[in-house]
Amino acid sequence: MAEKKSRGKGSGNSEFKTILKQLSYNKLAMLGAIIFVLELLLVLLAPVISPYNYEEMDTTAIRQTSSAEHLFGTDDLGRDILSRVLYAGRYSITMGIFSTLLAAALGMVIGSIAGYFGGWVDNVIMRFLDIIQSLPGLLLSIVLSAVLGPGYINTILALSVNGIPGQARLLRAEMLKVRGNEYIEASQSINCTKLRVIASHMIPNSISPMIVQATMGVANMIIMASSLSFIGLGVQPPAPEWGAMLSYSREFIRSSPHMAIFPGLAIALTVLSLNLMGDGLRDALDPKLRR
Amino acid sequence: MIRYIIRRLLWMIPVALGVAVIVFTLMTFCPSDAAEIILGSNATEEDKEILRDSMGLNDPFFVRLGDFLTDTFIRFDFGKSWVTKADIKTSILERMPRTFVLTVSTLAISVLVGIPLGIIAAINQGKLGDNMCMAFALAGISIPNFWLALLLVILFSVKLKLLPPMGIGGLEYYILPAIAGCTNGIASLARQTRSSMLEVIRSDYITTARAKGVKEFDVITKHALKNALIPIITVVGTHFGRLLGGMMIIETIFSIPGMGTLIITAVNTRDLPVVQVGSIILAIVFSFCMLIVDLLYAAVDPRIKAQYESMGKRRVKHG
Repeated sequence: MAEKKSRGKGSGNSEFKTILKQLSYNKLAMLGAIIFVLELLLVLLAPVISPYNYEEMDTTAIRQTSSAEHLFGTDDLGRDILSRVLYAGRYSITMGIFSTLLAAALGMVIGSIAGYFGGWVDNVIMRFLDIIQSLPGLLLSIVLSAVLGPGYINTILALSVNGIPGQARLLRAEMLKVRGNEYIEASQSINCTKLRVIASHMIPNSISPMIVQATMGVANMIIMASSLSFIGLGVQPPAPEWGAMLSYSREFIRSSPHMAIFPGLAIALTVLSLNLMGDGLRDALDPKLRR
Repeated sequence: MIRYIIRRLLWMIPVALGVAVIVFTLMTFCPSDAAEIILGSNATEEDKEILRDSMGLNDPFFVRLGDFLTDTFIRFDFGKSWVTKADIKTSILERMPRTFVLTVSTLAISVLVGIPLGIIAAINQGKLGDNMCMAFALAGISIPNFWLALLLVILFSVKLKLLPPMGIGGLEYYILPAIAGCTNGIASLARQTRSSMLEVIRSDYITTARAKGVKEFDVITKHALKNALIPIITVVGTHFGRLLGGMMIIETIFSIPGMGTLIITAVNTRDLPVVQVGSIILAIVFSFCMLIVDLLYAAVDPRIKAQYESMGKRRVKHG
């Protein structure tokens, strides 16, 4: 058994390496990864690199366009937009990542229960997910964040509920395929607990579609998080958030349109880099496209 | 086939009830006091208590849930808004057509532009046309539609003064919202069309069709596209759901009095009855559209049609 386990681990590792190698051939995916990592560094180092504090008002420089002192210009209170965009990224990007992780974790629990037990358990869970999914995506998050109230953690919760059904379905579908394999039967025959069969044999063999979905999911969640802040739910001012900044800029759209440019550009760049990575990952995991 | 449609329509009843129960239950946790919203914050505590009693808000949860379900689904009485005091049914009937027209026309534009773009990209795989289409598509899925909407307003309304920035009226008021709403759809449809066309185009029957001397246009539209259509329809379906959500924000930006602005304003003013009924109605509309998508599968693929028909006779697992 020990031998089998170690062999299983070994092959998992080399599979992982093949995927990384495939990914490194893909120039666009690498570009996406580089952009995303750079952006993550910029955002995490915001207190060090941002030229001003995000709350610092400068009444002598109100609604200025780009200049040497204020690279992205200033808003109506004289706050430096570059600094605000950097700090806002901390909220937007982490909300995207954490809500996706939470959705993946909960989706994994639900999906593996449905996929392992099958039968009526599966039926009940799937019909319940049907009902949840008949509320169009953003609407569910809007209703949830209305109930939970605004704020960072609550927005993450409201967003993650949205991602659970998709992840659960993906894992369930993969697990149904895996379930009939000999190694599952083998592990059951040597009296592995259900939890162990699911956690260490079935999930590792059916997780790859979830990973692709999660990469793309972060991009989607970032857009949804900023949508929620845009309509006044989500993160509240004066904390900066890309969607909230865009929403705020609407008042000044005639006099100072530059306020609406940079926060949106930040969202678009982040989402683009994640989509490039997701595309690359999907191709790398698809054996038909392997070089 | 008809049996299948009836089964699906019947299944929508528990779905609608389920959505109603979920939304109603969620709303009871909402920190919001009906009496305070209706009477204003100056009202005395006794007045508020009397109103709560008369509205049945002090009843146990299951009694309120039962009342809500019978009112909504049996008497079709959706109640009144707490904030505007308007009858919810009238405001929904007034607003639904706008949202529906906007959503459907946006979806139509997405389909009419996105699928041809994907076909062009697939035919010219690896060439300039492909790269241009895919670069456009990548931009399309990455740019959030509410930001695009703001940019369009800046360009066409503020700078060029060509189109109205907000409100409703003639056709010109719907141009910017439709453009802002359709780029995501165009992009995801173009990407899906390209990849499923590429899979089909290498098949033997395409080579056969070409060898028979079928015109290239017919090979692409009749032989290839028809077989590549299933995943494309799936994307259309999932995109419709996103569009219903995304339209809510676009409506807010352009101040279009549709379902989206109704629900979002209600959420912000804690006007719970409007949020409840609005969400249920949108969920029902969405379920209808998913049914149409499933029927489209059957129309496109005879194998799926046969599967649907056999479902009436014997239970197919995981159907």
